[in-house]
Amino acid sequence: MSAQLSVRDLSITLQNGVRILRNVSLEVGAGRVHGLVGESGAGKSMIGKAILGTLPHAMNVTGGQICFGDVDLMAMAPKARRTWIGANAALIPQDPLTALNPSKRIGPQITRRLVDILGWAKTNAKARALDLLAEVQITDPARVMRSYPHELSGGMRQRILIASAFAAEPKLIIADEPTTALDVTVQKQILKLIAQMQAEHGTALLFVTHDLGVVSKVCDTMSVLYAGKVLENAQMRRFFTHPIHPYSRALLAATPTYSNPTGSLAQVPQKVIDGVEQDIRHHDIRNHI
Amino acid sequence: MNLLRVIFLRLATTFLTLFGVAVIVFFVIRVVPGNPIAMMLPPGATEADVARLQAQYGFDKSIPEQFFIWLGGVLQGDFGTSISTRQPVSELVLGRLPATLELSVVALLMACLIGGTLALTGTRMRGTRTEGAIDVSTGVALSVPDFLWGLVLILLFGVLWPVFHISGRISPSLDIDFTTNFYMFEALLRLRFDVLADLVGHMFMPALALAIPLAAIIGQLLKQSLKETMHLDYVALARTKGYSERHVITREALPNAILPTLTLVGVQFTFLIGGTVIIERLFSYEGLGNMAIDAVINRDLPLIQGIVLLFALLFTVVNLVVDMLYVVLNPRLRHA
Ligand SMILES: Nc1ncnc2c1ncn2[C@@H]1O[C@H](COP(=O)(O)OP(=O)(O)OP(=O)(O)O)[C@@H](O)[C@H]1O
Ligand SMILES: [Mg+2]
Repeated sequence: MSAQLSVRDLSITLQNGVRILRNVSLEVGAGRVHGLVGESGAGKSMIGKAILGTLPHAMNVTGGQICFGDVDLMAMAPKARRTWIGANAALIPQDPLTALNPSKRIGPQITRRLVDILGWAKTNAKARALDLLAEVQITDPARVMRSYPHELSGGMRQRILIASAFAAEPKLIIADEPTTALDVTVQKQILKLIAQMQAEHGTALLFVTHDLGVVSKVCDTMSVLYAGKVLENAQMRRFFTHPIHPYSRALLAATPTYSNPTGSLAQVPQKVIDGVEQDIRHHDIRNHI
Repeated sequence: MNLLRVIFLRLATTFLTLFGVAVIVFFVIRVVPGNPIAMMLPPGATEADVARLQAQYGFDKSIPEQFFIWLGGVLQGDFGTSISTRQPVSELVLGRLPATLELSVVALLMACLIGGTLALTGTRMRGTRTEGAIDVSTGVALSVPDFLWGLVLILLFGVLWPVFHISGRISPSLDIDFTTNFYMFEALLRLRFDVLADLVGHMFMPALALAIPLAAIIGQLLKQSLKETMHLDYVALARTKGYSERHVITREALPNAILPTLTLVGVQFTFLIGGTVIIERLFSYEGLGNMAIDAVINRDLPLIQGIVLLFALLFTVVNLVVDMLYVVLNPRLRHA
C-alpha cells in the first residue's frame, strides 16, 4: 500500500513555547480512510491545519515532514504550496453553519475556485457543480446553486461542503469532525454519504473524530492522539482486537459497542492517564538532551 | 419588497423629522436675543422706520402666526426672503449647496480610501510593527478635531511648503462660465482639466481636514471587524482552496466585515457635513456652511431657517442611502 500522505515527526509549538504536537507520525494510504481519534484538545485539528497550511498565526512547525506522495510539502515555497494544496487536497469542515460565506450564493462558492485556481472554463465548473450536488442527493441543484447559505438547513449545507470538497477530485480529503455540529438523524446520513463518496471517488480520507464507534465503521487504519502525541498507529481490526497502548485499551473499554450498547461508560482510569503523562514528559526530556 | 418598504418608512419619517426641525429652529432663533431689523437700519432711524420694516418681514405678528405663514410658504416652495441680501432664500441656499456637496463627497471618498487602505494593510500585516504604527496613527487622528487638522494642513501645505491654495473655491482667472454650481463635476464633464486641477488645489486641504477623523474611525472599525471575520471558518476554508491572503481578505472577509462599518460611516458622514460649517469658514470656501455663519452673525432669520432645513434634509437623505445600501449588501435582509 503506497502512502498518499505521510506525516513524519511533526512538531508544532506555540510562540510562548507550549508544545501542541510532539513528533507526530501517521500515514494515509492512497484511496484509504485513516481515523484520527483523541479527546478534545489533543491536537487533531492542528494536524489537519498543518497539512493544509492554515495553522493559527501563533503556531510554528518546529520540526518534521509532511509528504504528499513523493512531494515534500515543507520544502515548497508558500505560494506554490498553497495552490498545490488547493488542487490536491480539500477540507470538509466541522460546522457547516459557519463554513459557507454568508454573503455569497452557493454556486460561486463551489465553482469559483475551479475557475480561479484550476483554470476551468466557467460552464464546465457549473456543470460539474450541478452533477456533484445531485450526487450528494440534493434535490433541485439549480435552485440550490442560486441560494444563499442562510436559506438552507445544516444538513443541506454539509452536503454542499462535501460536494465542494470533491469538486476538483483531490487526492486527499481531511474531514474534521464533519458530523458533530449536526443532529443525530442527519449525522448518520452524512456519515454514510462521506463513506460512499470516498469509495466512489477513491479519495484518501483523513477522518478526525472523537467517536471510536464511527471510526470502527468507516476507517481502514487509525491513530490515537493524546496531548499532541500519537500513542498508537494501527490497522482497524487489529486495534479493536489487540490494542497495544494502555490508553487505547482504556479508551475501548470506555466506548459503548454493539455487543454492549449501554457500554461501561467509565472514564479512562486516572492511572492510565498518569502513565501517559509520565511517558510524554520522559519523551520531552529525551528530546531536549 | 423589502427595499421598497425601507424607502417608504424612511420617507414617512423624513417628513416628520423635517417638520420637527422646522418647528424647533423657528422658535429657538426667535427666542435668542438680537433684533434682525435693528441691524438693517442705519443709525438714527425713526420708530416708524422700524415698524415699517417689521411689518414688511412679518415680525409684527405673534410667533405662532409667523410660523404658519412661513410654513405655508415653505409648502409651496417659498422659503422667504433673506434679510441681509434681500434675495430669495431658496435661490441663495441652492446656489451654495453644490459647493458643500462637492466638498463633503470628496472628503467622504478620501476618508473611505484612506481608512480602507489602513484597515486592509493593518489586517494583512497583523502582528507586525506596521499594524502597531497604524493603530497609533488612527488613535492620534481621532483625538484631534477636524478644524485643528485644518490649521495643521494650512501650516504644512499653505505656509511651510505652499503647494495648495489656502482659501476660496477657484482662482478668479479660471472662473469659466459654469452653467451649474457643481464646478468640479462640470469641469470633469467638459474635460477642462486645468480648471479641475485648480479646483482640486483649493479643495484638497479642507476636504482632507474633514476626512482625517472619519478615515481614522473607518480604519479602526473596519480593521477590527476584519480581524474578527478572518477567524471564521469560511475564511479558513477559502485558504485551503488555494487563494492568496490578499484574495482571502478582500473577497471573502471584506464583504461581510464592511457591514457594521457602513452603518457607522452613515452616521459619521452627517457629522462630517456638520463639520463643513467651520472648515468652510477656515478656508473661506463659498459653501452653505460659510453662509450659515454669516446668516447667524446678521441675524438673518429666514436664511438660517432655510439653511438648517436643508442640512436636516441632507442628513435624512444620507441615512436613507445608507439603509438602502445595507439592504443591498446584506443578502439576509434582502430576502427576509
Ligand atoms: N489559535 C490558537 N492559539 C493557541 N492555541 C490554540 C489555538 N487553537 C487551538 N489551540 C490549542 O491547541 C491545542 C490543540 O487544539 P485542537 O483544536 O487541535 O484540538 P482537537 O483535538 O481538534 O480538539 P476538538 O476535539 O475539541 O476539536 C489545544 O490545546 C488548544 O488549546
Ligand atoms: Mg478539532
